[in-house]
Amino acid sequence: MTDVVQSSPDLSLRRVPEIGSAPIGSAAEIRLAQLWESAPGWRGWLSTVDHKAIGLRYLVTAFIFLLMGGIEALIMRLQLARPDQVLLTPEQYSQLFTMHGVTMIFLYSLPILSGFSNYLWPLMLGSRDMAFPRLNALSYWIFLFAGIFLYASFPLGEAPNAGWFNYVPFAGLEYNTGPNIDVYALGMVLLGISTTVGSVNFVVTLFRMRAPGMSINRVPILVWGTLTASVANIFAIPSVSLAFFLLWLDRQIGTHFFDVVNGGKPLLWQHLFWMFGHPWVYAVVLPAMGIVSDALPTFCRRPLVGYSAVALSTMATMLLGFGVWIHHMFAAGLPTLALSFFGAASMVISIPSAVAVFAWIATIWLGRPVFNTPFLFFAGFVILFVIGGLSGVMTAAVPLDFQLNETYFVVAHLHYVLLGINVFPVVGGIYYWFPKFFGRMMNETLGKWSFWVMFIGFNLGFFPMHLAGLLGMPRRIYTYAPNMGWNAVNMVTSVGSFIFAAGILIFLVNILISLKRGALATPNPWDAPTLEWAVASPPPAYNFAVIPFVASRHPLWEGRLDEGGGRSSLEQGYLLMEGREAIGTTPLDAEPDIILKMPDDSYAPFFLGLFSALAFAGLLLHWRDFTVLMAVACSLSLMAWMWPRKALVQRVADSKYNKGAAHG
Amino acid sequence: MAEAMQLDQALPVGSAGKRSGGWWGVLVLIVTEGSLFGYLLFSYFYLASQTEQHWPPDGLPSLVMPGLNTLILLASSVFVWASERCIQRRQMRWSLASMTLALTLGICFVVIQLREWSIKTYTMTSNLYGSLYFTITGFHMLHVIVGLIILLMLLLWIALGYFDERRYAAVTIGGLYWHFVDVVWLFVFATLFLSPYLY
Repeated sequence: MTDVVQSSPDLSLRRVPEIGSAPIGSAAEIRLAQLWESAPGWRGWLSTVDHKAIGLRYLVTAFIFLLMGGIEALIMRLQLARPDQVLLTPEQYSQLFTMHGVTMIFLYSLPILSGFSNYLWPLMLGSRDMAFPRLNALSYWIFLFAGIFLYASFPLGEAPNAGWFNYVPFAGLEYNTGPNIDVYALGMVLLGISTTVGSVNFVVTLFRMRAPGMSINRVPILVWGTLTASVANIFAIPSVSLAFFLLWLDRQIGTHFFDVVNGGKPLLWQHLFWMFGHPWVYAVVLPAMGIVSDALPTFCRRPLVGYSAVALSTMATMLLGFGVWIHHMFAAGLPTLALSFFGAASMVISIPSAVAVFAWIATIWLGRPVFNTPFLFFAGFVILFVIGGLSGVMTAAVPLDFQLNETYFVVAHLHYVLLGINVFPVVGGIYYWFPKFFGRMMNETLGKWSFWVMFIGFNLGFFPMHLAGLLGMPRRIYTYAPNMGWNAVNMVTSVGSFIFAAGILIFLVNILISLKRGALATPNPWDAPTLEWAVASPPPAYNFAVIPFVASRHPLWEGRLDEGGGRSSLEQGYLLMEGREAIGTTPLDAEPDIILKMPDDSYAPFFLGLFSALAFAGLLLHWRDFTVLMAVACSLSLMAWMWPRKALVQRVADSKYNKGAAHG
Repeated sequence: MAEAMQLDQALPVGSAGKRSGGWWGVLVLIVTEGSLFGYLLFSYFYLASQTEQHWPPDGLPSLVMPGLNTLILLASSVFVWASERCIQRRQMRWSLASMTLALTLGICFVVIQLREWSIKTYTMTSNLYGSLYFTITGFHMLHVIVGLIILLMLLLWIALGYFDERRYAAVTIGGLYWHFVDVVWLFVFATLFLSPYLY
């Protein structure tokens, strides 16, 4: 491991952190770089706990999953382009639409946002890393292994095939005898571990790792979005993990939770799934809305209108989001009272959403917009959000939902919401932060082309789906007869989907070209207000040479905004260089509270991730002894990880009654 | 604000009790684990409210052994707490003794629970109630075993002289997890053993 111990660091239990400055090239700065940089080569690659490396891995991996899910969608659109096509068998089609949903919803949409937040949080918060760097690495490795796990049975033609919400009894052993559903069930439990530890890390990072002075009302909206999503995940993930685990028990052990013949209830599955599922919908859009709330104002040359209202509406959306899961089950035969209540609650959600929409519109209206690529993606997002939100309010009305349930109208709605509110901000966000990630600007001409092709292709592809739904076309059918009146809408949808894919392709070409030939980026090429733009592009391993003191919401715009509260100090701050160190602050006011010792790079996360994935593989293959062995390996990895270390001052370095150290 | 803030005061370094990252992390972990048990008990009440079967199949459960076991588990929490107090007062031997006792009581709980399982007339697969009973108590048993491994590690670390009255965050944090395992048992106990008496 890359233990850079020189001139034995100060391990006293209490000290006054030194305030100073460390310009590039100074002795202090060189020392910091040595402390924080990972070892070169594969060792550093496997053991790094740098949030920037992990964030980029999340982004790249999730984007590869987006491409895989996209290719699955294109194959399905070929099949549906004309009636009575025989490109795919019904079983192949079932596996494709299931894997398309699983990939996009679980392996792309949240992980890509975790990628942004992992990379950006410490930089936005003025910190040197996340609260738990090793946990962060673990979260990535398990995500990667769970993704591979979920795809492992795909080449064998045995992929999950009961739709992404996997209703019983169809997903039960009686109707689905192969390994398909077991792969899905175990893969989801494994992925749940990754999401949970990632969420724990975000929550604690927000409460403890902000720069001094960055009180809770000064954090960027992206931080609010990811915090809200993470808190929701903490409460919601256990529900879906439990549901899948119970299903696996039903299938492999012979329990009766969903077994209708022996008193089990299929609706229990629907409740558990959607109690998780609906908060999840907001978990995959709120951080993306945060991306827009932070980046859009940069291109409008003014602060976001209604910061507090947007922050509060973010949380209100999620709070309400826990009370609307029944709207996925309107047609399941529940009591009318429940339908009315949950229908009303679902409509109420449009209020906080509208607050955010009007805040963005007002920001554009009152600003001086710069019409470049990121702005186009964010403005396009606002339009798609309104369309997707509107069809959402329509399906929240119980009688209309009875009509539209299980038709392409719902498919249109969820794609407007998920692509509109997730993919467009994500691509816009990559255009926006690409200079920070790689130190080069992206090509503007190709950027505009990619936006317009994607935007036109998207609307051409997905708007006709509303019509297909109103014409009564059910979702998840592998083909249709020529006399149903669905031929034209399906052909248009298929053409649109390929145009959309071409837009994504232009975007990818732009990335490849810009990585090599893009203009070199200054630290703050967009003249943006938040802290991540105060450091070099790309940022050094230690992020901030000194921990800044923050005095306002827009530390880099203080010269022109008069927000009161004095000036932030970015050049002068805590040095903290007795080993890897960070400052812990109080949860609300961000006053200095503790000097945190941060862990060095470690292989433990990789091996713990690997052993847990292998344990799940053992469960799937019924290798009992192997599973037990891997569980023991997991425990040993955890013990090694948790073992109290002197270097982290988790235990006392000196003997008990040594008078050298100050008391704690 | 920057001026109002005191930036030049001495701060604790490293894992200082409840200011350490680990304390916060385990608190959040407990929230998510607590939710897991919440969903388990929701599943129990949901299925119990909808069932047409005889519930529980054996008739009302006996409270004697489960009640005794509950007391044993709660007592072990008290001794974990005492062990931490002893470290604060520099009584390392007492701390060690108290942690040993806590560990022993935890093992007693496991033994009694295993015996309770073995005398049931149904198994996990014989009926819906059995599936619920063994899954819920099984989940809790898993948490107890993880907790016992943690207590064992704490015992070892105390014996190795890793901690003194200034730094013992591992004991605080590990103890927190054990208290959670015990408190959540009260909910499991109330659901499986007390609630059938209500209807």
